[in-house]
Amino acid sequence: MGLCIEVTGGGKTYASARGPVTALADVGLEVREGEFLSLLGPSGCGKSTLLRAIAGLDPLTSGSITLRGAPIDRPPERMGMVFQRDVLLDWRSIRDNVLLAAEFQGLPKRAHEARAMALLDRFGLGAFANRHPWELSGGMRQRAAICRALLCEPEILLMDEPFGALDAMTRDDLNLELSRIQQDGARTVVFVTHSIAEAVYLSDRVAVMSTGPGRVVEVFEIDLPRPRPLAIRESPEFARHVAAIRGLFSRLGIVKE
Amino acid sequence: MAEASHAQGIGGTFAVLLALLLAWEAAVWFFTPAPILLPPPSAILAELWSSPRYFLRHAGFTLWTTLAGFGLSVVLGVALAVAIVASRWADRVITTILVVMNSLPKVALAPLFVIWMGTGAEPKIAIAVMLAIFSIVADVALGLRSVDPDALALARVHRATGWRILWKVRFPNALPALFVGMKVAISFALVGAIVGEFVGGSAGLGHVILIAQGQFDTVRVFAALFVLGVIGTLLFYMVEAVERLALPWHVSQRSQHGSSPR
Ligand SMILES: Nc1ncnc2c1ncn2[C@@H]1O[C@H](COP(=O)(O)OP(=O)(O)OP(=O)(O)O)[C@@H](O)[C@H]1O
Ligand SMILES: [Mg+2]
Repeated sequence: MGLCIEVTGGGKTYASARGPVTALADVGLEVREGEFLSLLGPSGCGKSTLLRAIAGLDPLTSGSITLRGAPIDRPPERMGMVFQRDVLLDWRSIRDNVLLAAEFQGLPKRAHEARAMALLDRFGLGAFANRHPWELSGGMRQRAAICRALLCEPEILLMDEPFGALDAMTRDDLNLELSRIQQDGARTVVFVTHSIAEAVYLSDRVAVMSTGPGRVVEVFEIDLPRPRPLAIRESPEFARHVAAIRGLFSRLGIVKE
Repeated sequence: MAEASHAQGIGGTFAVLLALLLAWEAAVWFFTPAPILLPPPSAILAELWSSPRYFLRHAGFTLWTTLAGFGLSVVLGVALAVAIVASRWADRVITTILVVMNSLPKVALAPLFVIWMGTGAEPKIAIAVMLAIFSIVADVALGLRSVDPDALALARVHRATGWRILWKVRFPNALPALFVGMKVAISFALVGAIVGEFVGGSAGLGHVILIAQGQFDTVRVFAALFVLGVIGTLLFYMVEAVERLALPWHVSQRSQHGSSPR
């Protein structure tokens, strides 16, 4: 597989009122074409900072990020992003919120209506297309946000703790759906999470990050076969991956046992 | 249900007003103050009834200058707010001018407008704009600015241009604030129109009040005030009605619409 995104010597220092804050220092990361990669690490280790830099939203202060060899200095084409909060606009119906991805790019709304409806149907929201965001549950809203990110068939999908605010059952549901859509499209996904199990379940590779300052410590290959039913999480191979990552965390002093 | 309770609210307002008028009538009957100090409501209504065309003509003038001043304030105010949010330079210049303007007692500037613009409708409209525009600019600029940063990030991820972000995110986001500003501005526009009529010209309810005062015609002053009160109230409710139509999605409106599918 070819290289999609490459971060070398990535550093980020925020200027704050109490002096500079180093969020990232010397981050090295390679994201392969078509893979699902998770960034896993404790709160404050710079996962969001790294993801936003990859998105072309906030540049790094040192080092470089390239997309297929070209430096990323603004959001690249054919990228979708899902945030921790759904960021749906209250004045638009769910369908129109999904179509926003096309409208922002100046693409004709009409041409995307059929795909928007197909996505909403696929995510079980077909009957809610004309509702407004405040009429939906948290899980439904986050599904709509995923539909929006997928509308323009992104080649790269960035997700910043998209399920962090959801209850465990809804989270399982969405994990399953995400793992399914990962299977039927060659799409590169960078997924931020706190949860070891979530990272192992979804990913081809898991990049473990650590604090003080934020950096990528180690990358784990998750060679579990796909498709992955939810029950795979009870398998011994799954447990082995989780244990390996947890072992690293305790060596780093991030989880204490 | 919601409509009924809204109608009940208006009915309640009318009942309270009617009770107050009756109490006023009774008090005048009972205490018999000099008619030049306080006429009874019945006399005020009789005054209105005796020369309806006179009051209608002047009320029409005041209404037109108020609405023109209000409309201009909204258009100009939104444009200025967009400029303020779009450019730091414009923000400095416009905000400074507005703050200086707002710290002056604007009523004191009214005679100047008569010198500049004469005694027609123009100075009244200009004064109405001067009084009303501040709240529009301030509220809309705040509304345009207070956008969820993630929504802006989302727009940038999809490579939206500044204009598209303005039109699709910032502007709808500022609509509730625009209506807050408009409710304040409509009352100020009416004040501005009346102030303009006080300082010059020969039309409008302000002019009526001024002339009647010169003749110690207290009943006519009250009649003009009554019409002013009606105009002011109706204008306010008009803005509210438009708000209800324009913002069915807003938190403040949801209880009226419920969450049933449409
Ligand atoms: N705008 C900012 N200004 C100053 N410091 C910031 C800013 N954004 C983030 N930081 C700091 O950078 C570090 C990394 O933040 P970041 O949000 O990337 O962490 P994270 O791994 O995403 O955490 P979480 O899992 O809690 O979301 C933190 O120490 C944070 O305080
Ligand atoms: Mg984060």
